[in-house]
Formats: sequence, structure tokens, C-alpha cells
Amino acid sequence: MNLFGKKSYFSLEGGEKERTKRSDKKRQKAEPSIPDGMWIKCNTCKAIIYKKEVTEYKLCPNCDAHFRMSPSERIAITCDEGTWVELDAKMRPKNPMNYPDYEQVIEKAQKKAGILEGVVTGRCKICGQDTVLAMMDSHFIMGSMGSVVGEKVTRAVEYATENRLPIIIFTTSGGARMQEGIISLMQMAKVAEALGRHDEAGLLYVAVLTDPTTGGVTASFAMLGDIILSEPKALIGFAGQRVIQGTIHQKLPEGFQRAEFQLEHGFVDRIVHREKLREELGKILLLHKEG
Amino acid sequence: MNEAMKSVSIVRKIERPNTRQFIDAIFNDFMEFHGDRLFADDGAVVGGIAFLEKMPVTVVGIQKGHTLEENVACNFGSPNPEGYRKALRLMKQAEKFHRPVVTFINTAGAFCGIGAEERGQGEAIARNLLEMSRLKTPVISIFIGEGGSGGAIALAVGDAVWMLEHGMYSVLSPEGFASILWRDSSRVAEAAELMKMTAKDLLKNEVIDRMFPEPKEGLENNLDAVAAELKKALLETLSKLMEEETSLLLENRYQRFRKFGEFVES
Ligand SMILES: [Zn+2]
Repeated sequence: MNLFGKKSYFSLEGGEKERTKRSDKKRQKAEPSIPDGMWIKCNTCKAIIYKKEVTEYKLCPNCDAHFRMSPSERIAITCDEGTWVELDAKMRPKNPMNYPDYEQVIEKAQKKAGILEGVVTGRCKICGQDTVLAMMDSHFIMGSMGSVVGEKVTRAVEYATENRLPIIIFTTSGGARMQEGIISLMQMAKVAEALGRHDEAGLLYVAVLTDPTTGGVTASFAMLGDIILSEPKALIGFAGQRVIQGTIHQKLPEGFQRAEFQLEHGFVDRIVHREKLREELGKILLLHKEG
Repeated sequence: MNEAMKSVSIVRKIERPNTRQFIDAIFNDFMEFHGDRLFADDGAVVGGIAFLEKMPVTVVGIQKGHTLEENVACNFGSPNPEGYRKALRLMKQAEKFHRPVVTFINTAGAFCGIGAEERGQGEAIARNLLEMSRLKTPVISIFIGEGGSGGAIALAVGDAVWMLEHGMYSVLSPEGFASILWRDSSRVAEAAELMKMTAKDLLKNEVIDRMFPEPKEGLENNLDAVAAELKKALLETLSKLMEEETSLLLENRYQRFRKFGEFVES
């Protein structure tokens, strides 16, 4: 039964700027739809939700699923008003491997996500406390880490070390940027070593894992926080589920690689509801205040 | 077949000399140590102490087998988290006793399985990257075969990174690249070439510092010749690095990895 056939809708999981451009045929086949982008469908509980019911926290009013956020949305619910100052705002990627059509891939991603690359970095205050902040964006080529993501995060960490500031990184990533080849792999070591120096300086790094955090980002900075927070039900892991299934030919257990699984296995300190995150971060910063 | 694909098939040959053979051919009195002190002993990672001529060293490497039985014992050269943690334990031990570390890399990648995820494969690799970057003793990493992604770099944050002529190092396998980016597994050779995963390409972009030629008759038929070259190079380089001020050693290692990345700012 498809009560909602034909009309357009958009999914929060897919990047909100990309709404309703698919062909009628495809739309009918894919999922139910409702008029004029006023409605959205939750990919978790499949409920059709009136868009105005979704607050700035981007939660499903039906099942409380935490939808994926862009850095600008994240800033709005995290930073004290008027305190955000962006770093390295103009950095853009090159094409180190001469990957065919990489320029077009980038251009498309920039239009879709409305930013120049997959991470936004800066400094701000949270509940009155100074901090450096980096936020990845899964709408930008799956939040993959290439040269720019690696360089911007590394610079943000180095900036924090030089200015004796804590750093908070919101992660979301499908892994390494394959189109940049081995150079994207090198970013893992680059960010990790910068965090090593920040750590040696006795400074605080809080990783906030959001859905999904996988691959080379998990295997570098996501897992290196002094404190590791996660949003509820976020997918967190090293290997992709299809890769694991292809390797071991077994069914994966219920809840595998979710935030709750990671907490149970000892890899996450706390799971924090998005509406409580700002307050918790503020408290953590205050508890680590220098001097 | 292009050059890259030739190297891919050479390093995947089952008779390709493995880490244990290189250890035996280069070092004396190798004494193997087991376990990560946390969970288990991973057969995919071999480690211990040995003499390089008169110099005590710590040696750690990823092990592949020549037979099915050997490969089952070493999980086909794909470490679980306990393998990376064993490696780190031995490297920290080396730091304590001021021994240099030599790592051998030969893996298709870190193991992808339920247990590996339960025990934090991502955390284990991440921790190695951070701790290797600040290990207060020289580290030399040698790629003797496959160098698959995060599972390889987890042992390769070295002061010098070397590679045999047919060694390779990439962000994922050419098969994975072709099937994920092009959804066409028949384009493996094209992917291997595009990915610039051979020693020659990696020398150009400074991912590796030095390439060691392999004998025409095949590495498996003349391992001693290559081992002798490696031994000579290790002695030269390590005695230099052991003389260096620790702060300079660490700064150089930091800059070695800090430089990677291509971007524009305007
Ligand atoms: Zn829902």
C-alpha cells in the first residue's frame, strides 16, 4: 500500500539541499512521499513527519532518532552566540592522484553540502569556556578524509596546542578519501601525531562521535579522545558491515557497532542525548579549566 | 599487464619470503615474545628482540604463511587488535631500554571481523599511530610485500620508511577500489595503476624514502642478497639515528608525516 505515491519528499539522511530532484518514477519506487517538502521520512522508524515538528536539534519527533547535522546546524546548537570564529575557511582540495573527474566530484559535493570541504574548524566559547572546535560533515563525500580534512583538523589541533586550548572534534565519516589515494592514508598519521603533541602539553581533547564514524577516522582521531562521547545509536566502527559480512559470512549481531555496543565494549565514555550535549561539553570544559 | 599489476601478483605469491624469513636473514639470536598482556597472542604479528650485528634491536612484523596451515595460524597476515597492541607493547619496551625498532609490513589489511570490532580495531590502530609518532627511540619500517591501508600504517610511522622493489602501499586494495569507485571488479589493473601504489610512485611522493631492488630470479630464490643490502642499510641508518638528540629525532619524524597533503588556500 502506498498512500503517499507521486508527490515529493526529502530524507534528512541524504543532505537536505538535495531534495526532490529525483525523477517521478524513482520517487514512486523508493519511498512514500508527501507534498512540497513539508514532510520528511525518518529512516529509522519510517514515520512520515511534519517538517515543522523537527527542532534545531534535528531529532525524530516519533522515535528520537538523531538525524545527521551539518556544521552550521551544529554551531547553532553548540557555541555561545556570536563567539564562533572560523579557521582556514578557504582551504580547498587539489587532485593529487589525477583521479578522473575528481574536480566534478568535489564541485557536486560543495553544492550539495554548501561548504568547501568535509570539515569546518574554528574557535568559540561553549557555556562561557574557550575551545577549539572541528566538525565533520557526512554530506560531503560521506565525510571522507582527504588532504583538506587532514590538514584542517591537524591545524586546529596545532592551534589548540599553541594557544593552550582544549579541542572538541565532532566526527562523522565513511573513512579515507579514496580518490586521493595514499595521501589520504597519510592524514591518519598526521592528525594522530598532532594530537600526540596536544596530549603531551597536558591539554584536553574531547571526541564526539556522531553517525556514522568509521574507517580511517575511527582508526585515527575518533578513538584518541581523552574523553569520548557519542550520540545515541550512532554507527561507530573500523570496518564497514558489508566488508565484515563478506569476510566472515556470518550474520552480524543486533546493534553491532552502534554507540551502545561501543559503550558496552569499553570504547565510549558516555552516550549523550543531543539536547544535553552543549551542557555536558560546557561542564567538561569547566572541569578542565586551567589556572 | 601494467607494472603495478605485475607487482601486485608478485607480492601475493604464496612463496614470497615472509617476515620470519627476513628476521632470520638479517638479525642474530632472535628471541620471540608473545602476547599483548591484555587479551591474547596474535599469530599475525611476530615480535621480539635480536642483535643487528652488535646492536640490540626490537623487531616487529606482520607474518604471512606459505601453506594453508601456516596461514591459518597467522590469519593470512591480517592482524586483530591484539596484534597491534602486542606490537605497541614491544615498541614501548624498546623505548624503555633505548633499543631501536625495526618493523616489517606485509598485510592485505587489518582483519575485518566481529571480534576485531568488539575489541576495538580502530582504537588499536589509532593508538599505534599516536604512540609511534612520539616513541623516543628510532623506528625504521620496511614494506616487504603488501601494504594494505590502516592495517599497514599502524606499524609504519617510522623515521625512515623503506620498501622492496615490488612492495606496495595503498589506501585500499585495487579490487576494493575498482568495485567501490567504479562498481566494476574487472578494472583491477587500471585501479592498481591509477592508485600509484608501487615503490617507484611512492618514492616520488616521498611516502617511502628508499627502494631496494629485487633479484631478477625472484626474491624467493635469492633472499640473502636483499637481506644483506637491508642489513647494511639498517646498520648505517640506525647508528646515525641512535646518535641523534631525541628532540630532533621526534621533530624530524613529526615533519616527515606533517608534510603530506595537497590543497589550495585562496
Ligand atoms: Zn523516527
